[in-house]
Amino acid sequence: MARDRMLKLAAIGSAAGVFSGVFGVGGGSVVVPLLILWFGYSERAATGTSLAAIGIIAVFAAAAQAVYGNVDLLQGLVVGTPAVAGVVVGTGLQQRVPERTISLLFAALLVVIAIQLVIP
Amino acid sequence: MDYVSAALFGFAGGAIGGLLGVGGGVLFVPALTIFLGEPQIEAEATSLAVIVPVALVGAWRQRGFGNLNVGDAIWIGVLSPLGAVAGVVIANAVSQRTLELSFAALVLVIAVQLTHRALARSDAEGT
Repeated sequence: MARDRMLKLAAIGSAAGVFSGVFGVGGGSVVVPLLILWFGYSERAATGTSLAAIGIIAVFAAAAQAVYGNVDLLQGLVVGTPAVAGVVVGTGLQQRVPERTISLLFAALLVVIAIQLVIP
Repeated sequence: MDYVSAALFGFAGGAIGGLLGVGGGVLFVPALTIFLGEPQIEAEATSLAVIVPVALVGAWRQRGFGNLNVGDAIWIGVLSPLGAVAGVVIANAVSQRTLELSFAALVLVIAVQLTHRALARSDAEGT
């Protein structure tokens, strides 16, 4: 793998780590746009690749939190079971949405995140 | 306890996650705190555990649609702890407020770039 590409992937991973570590915001909010803007990923490929990366990041983070006994599995199931159904619906729906609509929706999500960060 | 609302937020979070390639924590955390009465720290931890199956199932679906670059995803995932460590160092050196405002500015710049890029494409390319 080219060194330049490697460095950019490291930067994206680090940015995702900083985001989730410091703000509890999912790393996906930085992974998706950086894959699009730096690597010229299509929107769909960026979101698919981001989900896989987030899965890996969340495994580490959730395992660390579980050690501290902070994970409530039962309540996780209440939210997580419909959430898994939701992601199947969401990814299916996404295949029928124009790619630039995905970019525009994502920009809207980033504005929401920025507002949440600014409001104390 | 309001299990129905929590489940609805869960579904919506998963759907947004699939649509936009994010974890969905933006809705899982409020579902856990508001409807299931979890404290913030526990809610964030539980949300992370929920994100694991959501993200992996979403990635598996996208793989079926031909929208997954496994190699890049693994590198990003494996290298992310570097950033988590850097984040702790930064968080101790700079005030939380400075961090929040600078990251807010950063995501707004990214939002503008994404919007600009999306609108610059012709309708034919955008579909």
